[in-house]
Amino acid sequence: MRHLLFAESGAVAPVTADFSDDTWWIWVIKAVGIIVFLLTSVLIAIWFERKVVARMQVRPGPNVHGPFGLLQSLADAMKLLVKEDVTVKAADKLVYIVAPMIAVFCSLLTFAVIPLGPAVDMFGHVTPLQLTDFPVAVLYILACASVGVYGIVLGGWSSNSTYPLLGGVRSTAQVISYELAMGLSLVSVFILAGSMSTSQIVDSQTQVWWFLPLLPAFVIYLMSMVGETNRLPFDLPEAEGELVSGYMTEYSSMKFAWFFLAEYINMLNVSAVATTLFFGGWRAPFIPADSFLQTGWWPVLWFLAKLWFFMFLFVWIRGSVLRFRYDQFMRLGWKVLIPAALVWVVCVAVVQGVRQFSGLDLRTTLFVLAGVVLLGLLVSFAIPEKKTPAGPKRPPGPEVIDPFAGGYPVPPLPGQVLPPSPRKQRQAASAASSPTTDVPQVTQEVHGG
Amino acid sequence: MSAAVLTSLTDAGTTTTAEAALFWTLGPIMVLAALGLLFARKAVHAALAVVVVMISLAFMYVAQDAVFLGVVQVVVYTGAVMMLFLFVLMLVGVDASDSLVETIRGQRWIGLLAGVGLAVVLVGVVGRATYGRPTGLEQANGGNNPTAIAHLVFGSYVFAFEVVGALLVTAALGALVLTHRARLTPRVGQKERADARVAAGGVLTPLPAPGVYAKHNAMDVPALGPDGRPLEHSVPRVLRIRGQEADAREYAARIDRVLAGGGADRPVLVTEPGGEPTPPPTAHPETASHGAPLPGAAQAGAEQQEEHA
Repeated sequence: MRHLLFAESGAVAPVTADFSDDTWWIWVIKAVGIIVFLLTSVLIAIWFERKVVARMQVRPGPNVHGPFGLLQSLADAMKLLVKEDVTVKAADKLVYIVAPMIAVFCSLLTFAVIPLGPAVDMFGHVTPLQLTDFPVAVLYILACASVGVYGIVLGGWSSNSTYPLLGGVRSTAQVISYELAMGLSLVSVFILAGSMSTSQIVDSQTQVWWFLPLLPAFVIYLMSMVGETNRLPFDLPEAEGELVSGYMTEYSSMKFAWFFLAEYINMLNVSAVATTLFFGGWRAPFIPADSFLQTGWWPVLWFLAKLWFFMFLFVWIRGSVLRFRYDQFMRLGWKVLIPAALVWVVCVAVVQGVRQFSGLDLRTTLFVLAGVVLLGLLVSFAIPEKKTPAGPKRPPGPEVIDPFAGGYPVPPLPGQVLPPSPRKQRQAASAASSPTTDVPQVTQEVHGG
Repeated sequence: MSAAVLTSLTDAGTTTTAEAALFWTLGPIMVLAALGLLFARKAVHAALAVVVVMISLAFMYVAQDAVFLGVVQVVVYTGAVMMLFLFVLMLVGVDASDSLVETIRGQRWIGLLAGVGLAVVLVGVVGRATYGRPTGLEQANGGNNPTAIAHLVFGSYVFAFEVVGALLVTAALGALVLTHRARLTPRVGQKERADARVAAGGVLTPLPAPGVYAKHNAMDVPALGPDGRPLEHSVPRVLRIRGQEADAREYAARIDRVLAGGGADRPVLVTEPGGEPTPPPTAHPETASHGAPLPGAAQAGAEQQEEHA
């Protein structure tokens, strides 16, 4: 059975994956493989996103080029390649050209430390399915992401134009605030896994995937990963309704395509990180660890399935949530996500510390935790509920509102009706005065009620 | 001095060829970038030069087995600190360059003197230092760099670490307190602004586009309302302030002439039955027949435009 060489229990091994059998051409194969994988995945991701969003909006989506419209994104890429490359006259030339390159290069770096699978036989060499791994691999991912933001910021600045500058400034603030929450949510995984190396984190999830015991951290990560990649509902740096296209407004042709590429690769990156850190990496659920489905090339399939689950989540969120206003977005980041992540990290650290220093086994710890939660629940029942001020009793039936009360006409809300119109009142009055004609019924339309 | 540095790099026994190659590649880049910091004309270029130095430095750390330090260097300094610098610099503007006027008299000479003094001290100290044989970080790392650092930070130096942490928190709190401002007026949010706009009786819809009717298509020509009156607030506020808009009264008068049954350019004499010929109606600024919008509309329109900008 070809499997990861497990670290000896007790000894502190830097990483679990064993790269001792690698040669230089295996590195080249892996590196080229990662780039090819990312570029083709981006093409598929664009098609996937357009198709899924279209299904959610009850329309067919791209369906002309190729089977199921699969070649649509290829056609778009070709179009972008041959378009005229406009360089803004007032732009800072060097920075203007370098910015999209920074964005793409940094986004390509992350997958080097993502384990796509366990050790496999590659032309007679046993090698883990990841380019490299080291004791601070996850920190390295954060570092790549934070350098990648320079692409956006510099692109926005160097265009010498208002909207891109606003987009760049927004993205700076956004990434700095959401990277804090993201890093803190990852810390609880480090604490439980006892390592920051990706292969060791995957290895630590043999029993249970970390998203279950660390559910709050997982939720915080999900939110901050959307903020980190500038996707709806957090796409404020490129908000179409406000900033045209934000930082890439002045970019065209291939330089624009590079920004676009970087955005989608970043989506793949954060999805891969979520898969690796919270969803067990390449492990399949409910299958024993020594099954043939957990070794060799099979786990790549499970990894990809999880990766695309997160990609679907991105599209789903985009299809259902509206864009935040900027101050709401910042409030969520600084006043909700970061304090919540901090509190959660402290809780996890305390529990882990108690486990480690008292020698309690996992079951006892869990029972104690459940007892604490139950006690808290009971105490919360004992606290008297805050009295809500008794407002005026609503009259039965739909409420009649004066639509001009605020100075301008407003439509009725659910459960409200408009007063009968003067014309209908006149009609009713005239009908009542002449009993020979039929009495027209004055109907009131109840909205939503 | 340089000879000493050279021996420490090549004579160590732990320095591999690859590491030396990395050093001699990154070294010149770092020096050039550091010089770029000094001589760059634009502040953002200087900041970028610092970023290059920082990332190269991180590569050096990683090459010397200090993986954690290298990565944290990028995350903290490049990703957060320099980004905040850039944030401020970007708001200054693209073409802004530093003012070269000395605010403190003799600042340049004092600075030069201090710099030369520092250089002399550094050369003296570094030149006299004796270098032991480098042993590498193998032993200090103990197989796992972050764990070894954690043992140091939370073991031997935990008090110093906590003190530094408290200092930083105090500094941040101090900045918050010093920049705190008590709110004297109620907060004006989206709803309050909208209500105020409605209460002012202004234009609630987007402003009409200027100059889009049969004879004219120019920014300085007012659009016509549904009643055929020119809408002065359709001309961009900037043109109005500069006095570059076409004369709205002239257009109003033309319209009136057309409505009175004559040509737009040719005045007609309207003969009332049994009376004297009256002159064609012309626009009086007081009667506001030339399509002056509702009172306060121009004001509201201007506010809207500011918000759009």
